[in-house]
Amino acid sequence: MATDALLFYSFAAVTVIGSLMVVTQKNPVYSVLSLIASFFGLAGLYVVLEAPFVAVAQIIIYAGAIMVLFLFTVMLLNAPREDAAEWDRSHPLYRPMAVRIGAALAVLLALELGWALSRATDLGGAVNAVENPTISSVTLLGEVLFTRYMFAFEVTSILIIAAMVGAVVLARKREE
Amino acid sequence: MPLGHYLVLSGLLFAIGTAGVFLRRNLITLLLSVEIMLNAVNLAFVAFGRVQGTVDGQIITFFVMTVAAAEAAVGLALVIALFRHRESLNPEAFTSLKW
Repeated sequence: MATDALLFYSFAAVTVIGSLMVVTQKNPVYSVLSLIASFFGLAGLYVVLEAPFVAVAQIIIYAGAIMVLFLFTVMLLNAPREDAAEWDRSHPLYRPMAVRIGAALAVLLALELGWALSRATDLGGAVNAVENPTISSVTLLGEVLFTRYMFAFEVTSILIIAAMVGAVVLARKREE
Repeated sequence: MPLGHYLVLSGLLFAIGTAGVFLRRNLITLLLSVEIMLNAVNLAFVAFGRVQGTVDGQIITFFVMTVAAAEAAVGLALVIALFRHRESLNPEAFTSLKW
């Protein structure tokens, strides 16, 4: 289907370009804003994959809540650029050689992923080959979440409480 | 669209995130790169779930999102605490265990 491919490639382009800009921008504020753009592309991909609830959650939770937290922190810390202090330049990890090794590792990972994908079979089948009209239903999602995944769901609440307490304790100003 | 396209896109995003973690020297950008990696995995989960015709992939995505939110909250609290000590966001500035 032509529209399917068109949607996929345009959303994929938005996502990849946004992510690349996150990594290449010097100013963290621009990085956060590009990541939000990239998340909108991902939300579009989720809609194409017939997962509208995940798409909405992606925008509300990720782009709306988590990224605002990041932006708030960047602006609270007055967005320092990547350079400044003396130890930056004197440290061995800052030398061009170390940066080149890091880039080589990233390229190696990309090559490995490509190799694994090229060896895999059964990847040519269309993603929506299995017909299931209920896959995008929020009702079914809720039913499965609160029955089969009940335990994981409850454990998640403990994780969130731990994270909340941890964040408050860590960021608190210490009186000395 | 074939499943392979989604997996290639997911792998590409994961590689971009890894490159960010390796190459950038800014704690906030490092955390953002980790978020890119988590999202790459989310995309693979949803694509696999669609191929299977089940909702399990979408549900795992919700759990990943929750973990990402917790990680962002604690990570940013750590960044703020570190910044108070050294007035820097460069990870090389924090090489000593005690100061």
